[in-house]
Amino acid sequence: MDTMRDRFVDVTTRLLDEDPRLAVVLADITAAAFAPAQERHPDRVVNVGIREQLLVGAAGGLALTGMRPIAHTFASFLIERPFEQVKLDLVHQGVGAVLVSAAGSYDWPAGGRTHMSPGDVALLDTLPDWTVHVPGHPDEAERLLRHAYADGDRNVYVRLSGHQNAAAVPVEPGRFATVRTGSRGVVLAVGPMLDAVLAATGGLDVTVLYAATVRPFDAAGLRAALGDRADVVLVEPYLAGTSANEAHAALADRPHRVLGLGVPREEHRHYGSIEEHLAAYGLDAPSLRERIGTFLW
Amino acid sequence: MTTNATAGTATGARFEDLSALMGLMTGDEKHGPAATSTLDALWVLYDRVLRVTPATAEAQDRDRFLLSKGHGPMAYYAVLAAKGFISPEVLPSFGGYDSPLGHHPDRTLVPGVEIASGSLGHGLPLAVGTALGLRAQGLTDPAVWVLVGDAEFDEGSNAEAVAFAGAYGLDRLHVVVIDNSSATHGWQGGLAQRFAAEGWSTATVDGRDHEALHRAYTAEHPGRPHVVVARVEPKDS
Repeated sequence: MDTMRDRFVDVTTRLLDEDPRLAVVLADITAAAFAPAQERHPDRVVNVGIREQLLVGAAGGLALTGMRPIAHTFASFLIERPFEQVKLDLVHQGVGAVLVSAAGSYDWPAGGRTHMSPGDVALLDTLPDWTVHVPGHPDEAERLLRHAYADGDRNVYVRLSGHQNAAAVPVEPGRFATVRTGSRGVVLAVGPMLDAVLAATGGLDVTVLYAATVRPFDAAGLRAALGDRADVVLVEPYLAGTSANEAHAALADRPHRVLGLGVPREEHRHYGSIEEHLAAYGLDAPSLRERIGTFLW
Repeated sequence: MTTNATAGTATGARFEDLSALMGLMTGDEKHGPAATSTLDALWVLYDRVLRVTPATAEAQDRDRFLLSKGHGPMAYYAVLAAKGFISPEVLPSFGGYDSPLGHHPDRTLVPGVEIASGSLGHGLPLAVGTALGLRAQGLTDPAVWVLVGDAEFDEGSNAEAVAFAGAYGLDRLHVVVIDNSSATHGWQGGLAQRFAAEGWSTATVDGRDHEALHRAYTAEHPGRPHVVVARVEPKDS
C-alpha cells in the first residue's frame, strides 16, 4: 500500500495539470518527489529551500494574488516553527492556503523530539476558522486533499501520517462516520487511531465514531451518536485532550463526561518505532481497552 | 465615516501637502521619526513610479506596494489620502476604535493597502509570494514593491526571502530599505551589500532626495530583484 504522503504527491501532481490556481510551495522536504510536477509547472511548484518562514509567507503572498497555495513540510516545521506566519500571513491577511504536513506526532521516533509535533492541531485551535483533516488512509487522504484544494479560499490543514489504518473509511469531509454502534458511550477515533480503537473495543457495547475531519468538529454527529449515556472517549493521534473543549461544547446542555486520550504532553525521551511509542503513550490496543473500559464501566 | 476613494480631493496633491495631512492624525505639525523616515520614499513611489490608482486598486495587473515596516504608518496614510485611496476626513480618527486607520495597517480595512503589517519581517516573504503568484499567472509586467526598515531587517525571515529571491531571479520584486541607522548592531559594510551578495541589483541613495530616489527606483535590473537603500537621518538625531 502507498503512504498518504505518496498519495499527496500523486494527486497533487495530477491536479496541478487541471487547476491553474494551484501552486505548491516546498521547503526541501518531499521536493524530489515533486520534480516531475515541477518540470511541467516550473512557476507553480516552487521549492524555497530550508526556509519555513518564507514557505508560509510566500504561500500568503500567492494567495494574495488569487492563487490556491499548498504549502508542505513536516508538521514541526509547517505549524510550530512558522506559527506567527500562519497567524499573520494567512489568517490576519484574510487569505487562505492548504497546509499539508507529514510526520505528525510520532512518525519518526528514531528522529526524536525535534521531528515530533503533537501540538500542531492544538496550536491551530488558537486561530479562527481552520478546517483540519486527519486522514487515516491514503484513499481518505486523496478525498480530503481534493476537497481541501477546492474548498474556496479557506485555510485547511491536512495532517498526513505514516501511521495508517488497514482499510479506508468512506469519509464525508466534515462529518464523523459511525463505524460500530453500542449503548454505553461513544469512542471517537481520529484518523490513524481507528484500527487500534476497533481492536480495543471488540466485544464492548460502545459506539465507535470515526473522524477524518476534526475541525470543524461535528458536534451534531457526536450528539446523534449518543444514547442515554453522554460519555465520550476521544482517541487522537496528537496531544491528548486537543478536542476535549469541542466535545464539552457539543454537550454543554447536558451532564456528560469526556476522556481525552492522545499523545502526552511530557517529552518522551526514547527513540525506536511507532509501535513502541504508541504503547508507551497508552495508545496501543491493549492499553486503550483498559483505559476505555475503566472509564465507561 | 467612509474610506471610499475620493480622487476629486486628491487631484494635484503635492509633497508639501503631506505635512498637513499627517497633522490631522497627530494633531501636531511635528511628527515622530518612525513616521517621517519613510515620507519621501513613499511619496516618490506613489507619485511617480507605482502604476496603481484608486480606480485600479483591485486590478489584477496593478503594481503592488507592501508596507512591511508597519510601525509609524502616518506617512503612508497621508500619501494614500493625497493620492485619493482614502478620504482625508478619516485621518483624524487615527487609532480610534471605529477607525480603519490603526497604528499598524490592516489591508481589510483600508483601500489600497496590500498587506496588514506591524509584526516585523512579514512583508518581504509575502512580497516574494506575490511576485511568484503574478509570474505563475503570466503577469510579468506588474512590479511588486515592499518597504522595510533597517532595524526590521534584523528579522531572520528577511534573510530567507532575500536569499531565495536573488537565487530565483525574481526580477519583478523591488525592496526599499529605509535606513535610519536604527538597527541595534548596525549593518557592517552597509545594507546593500547583504542584497548584492545574494545576486540583487542594488542602489543606495539619499532618502530625502526625490530625484535620486526616482533614478534608483527606475534603474534597469534585468533578471534580478532590485533594492533601493534610502538613507535618512539617524533616528535620534
